[in-house]
This record gives sequence, structure tokens and C-alpha cells, in this order.
Amino acid sequence: MQHLAADNGLAGYVDRKRRLWLFSLMVPGLALVGPLLYMLVSPNVLWLWLSTIFGYVVIPMLDGVLGEDLSNPPEEAVPALEADPYYRYVTYALVPILWVSFIVNIAFLGLHELPWYGTLAVILATGGSLGFGLNLGHEMGHKKTGLERWLAKITLALGCYGHFFVEHNRGHHRDVATPEDPASARMGESIYRFVFREMPGAFFRAWDLEAQRLERCGKSVWSLDNEVLQPALISAVLYALLIAWLGIEILPVMLLIAFWGAFQLTQANYIEHYGLLRRKEPSGRYERCQPHHSWNSNHLFSNWALFHLQRHSDHHAHPTRRYQSLRDFPDLPRLPNGYFGMYLLAYFPPLWQRVMDPRLLEAVGHDPQRINFLPAKREQLMRRYGLSEAPLDGAGAAA
Amino acid sequence: MTRYQCPECGYEYDEAAGDPHQGYPAGTAWDSLPETFTCPDCAVRYKEDFRALEE
Repeated sequence: MQHLAADNGLAGYVDRKRRLWLFSLMVPGLALVGPLLYMLVSPNVLWLWLSTIFGYVVIPMLDGVLGEDLSNPPEEAVPALEADPYYRYVTYALVPILWVSFIVNIAFLGLHELPWYGTLAVILATGGSLGFGLNLGHEMGHKKTGLERWLAKITLALGCYGHFFVEHNRGHHRDVATPEDPASARMGESIYRFVFREMPGAFFRAWDLEAQRLERCGKSVWSLDNEVLQPALISAVLYALLIAWLGIEILPVMLLIAFWGAFQLTQANYIEHYGLLRRKEPSGRYERCQPHHSWNSNHLFSNWALFHLQRHSDHHAHPTRRYQSLRDFPDLPRLPNGYFGMYLLAYFPPLWQRVMDPRLLEAVGHDPQRINFLPAKREQLMRRYGLSEAPLDGAGAAA
Repeated sequence: MTRYQCPECGYEYDEAAGDPHQGYPAGTAWDSLPETFTCPDCAVRYKEDFRALEE
């Protein structure tokens, strides 16, 4: 395929990551491998921990070893890159992988007697794969074609999180890096506190956005046109069928898996905009979201596994841009590891603050006007880091 | 009837067609869209950012 590059509008550009995007299928597919090895090779609970260990240990190590990639496709190659259907087909292919993986894992749990640590392993692995489903639903939900938008809803339905499709595009992207956004973490806010704001906040924002849209359309909020209800109905049918097959005992397990899937998104939201703040303009409107309002990571492996989600600044600047075309820019707020390594750090709030607070202060030029503080910790953090409310000289310097 | 385009993602609002999915029926004038209107596709451009397209 690559020798065609000069002829297909890529202006001589060769996408070296082209085949590597298949990692975005393989890594989420690992959740399926554990139960298969257990059933086909040997009934060893260790197999079931495979994908979780891969996510928390192997990926952060690979990110450390393989390092970062700062290369971008040239702007003139982007239209051809966006039009190349190969990249879309990779995302389509992940939908059945995630559905099969979810059903096999639930059936595996329902049909096998496992020790508690075996059940826990399957919950973490399957919930983790739902996290990749949220990432896929995110990529496809931003696109304009009806097919991709429906595939997003179908994928998000696995973890009962179809409302993300509405709330993310029309809510988070509008409100990002402001105190109004339940999906932007504040300085001093631990992930355990954030989740209580993020999960309910996201659901109600989605519901309100759909209620407003349907009111303009002259329809009931309970109409089948409600894009929160559409994927919720798919979830209800899927879960009801699995309960009819495997018994009601499977319900709490499925709910735990769905929670762990949603928590993967919470983790991503937590690290993507931690502490960063858009300024309010005299008009009362927030300044447009700038590249320095998102944290980024160029780490190779985690980007392959996540469809470039970590090139987050460019995503917020150009939300409909496809994953293969997302770019890095110099002087962006940077994370010291990929998302998976940063999730681990977030589990230990003192450690998170020790690593991230100095980076945040540097990213905003020590200007408290540019920090999204947890209100209860504002004064304490101002004192700890010697920040002053008075504008600093050159405080507006680019991050 | 004029068409207005989002400078970020290329979404077009055509006054003749409206955007029924968003609750703006065919024939809804640009001026009668709420001031809080944001691009339905990318959500990062406001009403005042849109450009009128020459016929």
C-alpha cells in the first residue's frame, strides 16, 4: 500500500503508523484471550489477569522504553489521509470484537465456578475492554456519517454509557476546562472525589441537552428520537437477554463491569484537563479552547492502543478530525507517561499531586487566573505554591 | 435564503433546509437561531464564528 503514497494525494507522505493502528484492535481484544486460554489450554486463573496486567504494567513499561513520537502528517496529506477508508475500517472492526468479548466474558462468568479473585479478574478485564469501547465510541461519535454515529451508540451500549455520545460532543467540548464542566478535573481534586461529580454530571448534562433539542423539535423527551434513550434501550435488551440466559445473579456482576468501564473514562477525563482553565472574556463567554487547555502524551504504544486520543489538544481544536491525522504541537502541556501509566499515578492522590502540580504551575506560568481550582482547596494551594492573585508580569505567556 | 458554514468543520446551515434534527425546521432564518447556537457537529464554534456563503 505504501508505494502508492505518491499517487493517492499523500504528496509523498508515508504513514508509518498505518499498520500499527491494528494495536487498537489487539489490545482491547486481550480481554477475550483470558477466558479462551482458561477454557482451551488450562483452567488457570492467572490467564484471566492477562489483560489487566498488560494494561497496568506492560503498557506503561512499553511507553517508557519505546518513548515518544513527535512526527505529524504534513497538512497537504491530511485530506487524503482522512478520505482513506482503511482507517475507518479499523474502527469498524473493533465493534464486533468488543461485543463478542463482552458476551463471552459474561457467559464465562455465568457458566464457571471461579474463586473471588478469578471473578475480580474478569470484572477488571471486561470493564477495561469497555473502556476501549468508550474510546472507540468517542472516535466514531465525533464523525459526521450516520453509520459511524450509530456504531458509536451500539458500542457504548455495552457498558450502559450511550449518553456519552450526546454529553461529550455537545457538552464537554463546549464547556471543557471551565468550572462548569463535570468532565474537567480541578487542581486539588482527587480522582475519588472527581468521579462523584463526573459520572452524574455527565448523565444529567446529556439528558438536559437532549431534552432541550427535543423540545425545539416539538417532541416528548421520552420519544424514541432521544439519543440517550436509543442506546439505553440496546443496553436494556442485551442485559435482559443475558439475565434470561444466565440468571439474575449475573446482573450485579454486569453492573460492576459497566461501572469499571465507565471509570476508565473517568480516569481519562481526570488526566486530560487537570487544573487547566479557559479565561472568561468580558462578554461573559469563555475564551475558545486553546491547545494549552489539554494535557498530551506522544507515547507511542498507548497512542497505538487508543487511536491517538492522547494527542488531545489537536482533538479539542478540531473535534471532527480523524485519529490518523491528529498532530502534536511544540510547548503543549505534557504528561510524563501515557494514559495507562498516568491512571496508576492518579490512584495515589498525593503522588499525583507531587508529579502533576509542578507541571500544571509551569504550564500556566504560575498564574492562578489560569488554574481551575477545587474551590475548597484554592487558598491552601495558593499558599503552598506561593501564588498571588495579583497579575504577574508576563503571566499571559503562552504555556 | 443563505447558507452559513462552520469555519472549523465545514458544517453548513442552509436556511432553506433548516436543521430539523436540531429542532430548526426548513425555512428557519439564521437570525432567528438562538445566540447560544453552537456548531451541531464540532460544538467548538459559536454562531458569530459562522461565515455566510456566497450564492
